[in-house]
Amino acid sequence: MDLQTLIYLVVGATFVLYLILAVVARAGTTSEFYVAGKGINPILNGMATAADWMSAASFISMAGLIAFNGYSASAYLMGWTGGYVLLAMLLAPYLRKFGKFTVPEFIGDRFYSNTARVIAVIALLVISLTYVIGQMKGVGVAFSRFLETSIEVGLFAGMGIVFVYAVLGGMKGITYTQIAQYVIMIFAYTVPAIFISLQLTGHFLPQMGTGAMLTDGSNQYLLQKLDLVLSDLGFSEYTATPDLMNTFLLTLSLMIGTAGLPHVLVRFFTVPRVRDARKSAGWTLLFIAILYTTAPAVGAMAMWNTLKTVQNTDQIGAPEGNLLYAERPDWMKNWEITGLLQFEDKNGDGRIQYYNDDNEAFAAMAEEEFGWQGSELYVDRDIMVLANPEIADLPNWVIALIAAGGIAAALSTAAGLLLAIASAISHDLLKGVFMPNISEKNELMAGRISMTVAIIVAGYLGLNPPGFAAQVVALAFGLAASSLFPVLMMGIFSKRMNKQGAIAGMLSGLSITLLYIFWYKGWFFIPDTNMLPDNAENWLFGINPTSFGAIGAAVNFIVAILVAKMTTPPPHEIQELVEEVRVPRAS
Amino acid sequence: MEQTSNRADYWRANLRVLFGCLAVWFLVSYVFGILLVDLLNQIHLGGYPLGFWFAQQGSIFTFVVLIFFYAWRMNTIDKKFGVAED
Repeated sequence: MDLQTLIYLVVGATFVLYLILAVVARAGTTSEFYVAGKGINPILNGMATAADWMSAASFISMAGLIAFNGYSASAYLMGWTGGYVLLAMLLAPYLRKFGKFTVPEFIGDRFYSNTARVIAVIALLVISLTYVIGQMKGVGVAFSRFLETSIEVGLFAGMGIVFVYAVLGGMKGITYTQIAQYVIMIFAYTVPAIFISLQLTGHFLPQMGTGAMLTDGSNQYLLQKLDLVLSDLGFSEYTATPDLMNTFLLTLSLMIGTAGLPHVLVRFFTVPRVRDARKSAGWTLLFIAILYTTAPAVGAMAMWNTLKTVQNTDQIGAPEGNLLYAERPDWMKNWEITGLLQFEDKNGDGRIQYYNDDNEAFAAMAEEEFGWQGSELYVDRDIMVLANPEIADLPNWVIALIAAGGIAAALSTAAGLLLAIASAISHDLLKGVFMPNISEKNELMAGRISMTVAIIVAGYLGLNPPGFAAQVVALAFGLAASSLFPVLMMGIFSKRMNKQGAIAGMLSGLSITLLYIFWYKGWFFIPDTNMLPDNAENWLFGINPTSFGAIGAAVNFIVAILVAKMTTPPPHEIQELVEEVRVPRAS
Repeated sequence: MEQTSNRADYWRANLRVLFGCLAVWFLVSYVFGILLVDLLNQIHLGGYPLGFWFAQQGSIFTFVVLIFFYAWRMNTIDKKFGVAED
């Protein structure tokens, strides 16, 4: 069977599975629609949360990010996993005890203020919408690359599938499809990684393989060899540790941001008990860790495979040390068609030179001594995962699996985000603020309509991305860290925190973070409207705007505490509510 | 009155476990993985420089263990203070 047919079959089969689950698990009540009736087993919820969390970016782009940045990409690995420690210990069990449907609802009740609730809704909408744009785009790209359709057709197909199971099933339908999506995703990610690890190092576990010796007879460790060859080609070493301050701040921002993301938090509302919420966070992180500890292996091994394909690493500088373009392997030819891999023979020798031509001293030396006229190979970092099965000569069904996995990763995250958006509109704005007397049946209908509108808006933005797709991750995490996490935490850990403090804290954290990001990235990311060039010399105390969320969170905490000190304590019944939330057993 | 002081004791016990866990959380990621990374990289774990290993593997494994430990410890504390769910 040819590859294209096989991909259609595998992806088609997963879609049929999602649709069956949607019909079986359709929601009949608002509780089922918002929080799956609070009846999800903690281990299954862990799988669903892992799929919810791991997006197209985690699945497709992260290994490439690590491959090209080495140690510097560690902030993403630690940040996107360590956040679950904060979530499990500081927020999830208490929010589950509170026992309502949404994150803004907790903020509104705890700070006895619809204003606070509306601010939380606005923060949630900005965070989730920016995040969902990337997912919709991811769905489109995954479709178009594997099914050879246009991005538009891919996006519409994705919207259609999400529409059926999210609108019909609500949180309940989304949960069961996410469990299936997790299984597909993790299988697709780890199988090629295991084969590549076996080929390069003889180790079955990629986590072990990364730290092992190469089996090519060189008697050198993989990482050691990478360091050596990369620095011979003018790059910084794979394990080099530049700019530790921003690594620290970025890790912190991503951790706090992760713990404050509403679509992840709400997943812990779906388990039956407080102790299930704690345990479920552990399962979630375990399921995430399987992919996140494999990603560094995929990154390092893909980098090594790429390097040694084009460069005989013992003959750097000798003409015959570089691969003849005419003799390049098939996988390079295949990916050249997509434009994700490009070759330009700058010095006209018919061979491929790949090195760091941004390193001026090295580039000058290479031109003088080797006759190199610039690096001739462009490799998009997304290839590192997508081309893996071909690089390792794996059978076609593995490639089909990667296609289904990439689409599953994007769909599962998109659905979770869309649900968070829909619940904020139908439950927090409509039921909570504008139409308190709405019947349950009408609220459920309103939830389904909001979901439909959210899918259309997200689809539109996915087709016409506002030109800042690369920046949105920083924005979403920065905002989640600086707005929601601090007030949620203070709402639980401080009985003294009041309405005024929470509102002032959220507004100041949000605005200073937005201001700092816009200052260097341009107002609303419009090019050339930035106030200062976005580089280390101009950053305040050298802080990268991407890493600013932790500072925004600190501002939120400080302002909230000061304002609360100067204003009246919360009423008695609110302090009782905090007492209540802190113990598992209902009294 | 007794219930109030019981609740306060329970909360203090919770905070103690919490601070212990967060100290480990900070140590393996921020201290071993970032602040002391260059120092720890002098030591090797197979082919992994130790600091690099903490940043890309060890911290993540520790986080998983930490959450399960916290969940288990809090269950025993819940029972001890009689606030466990049925």
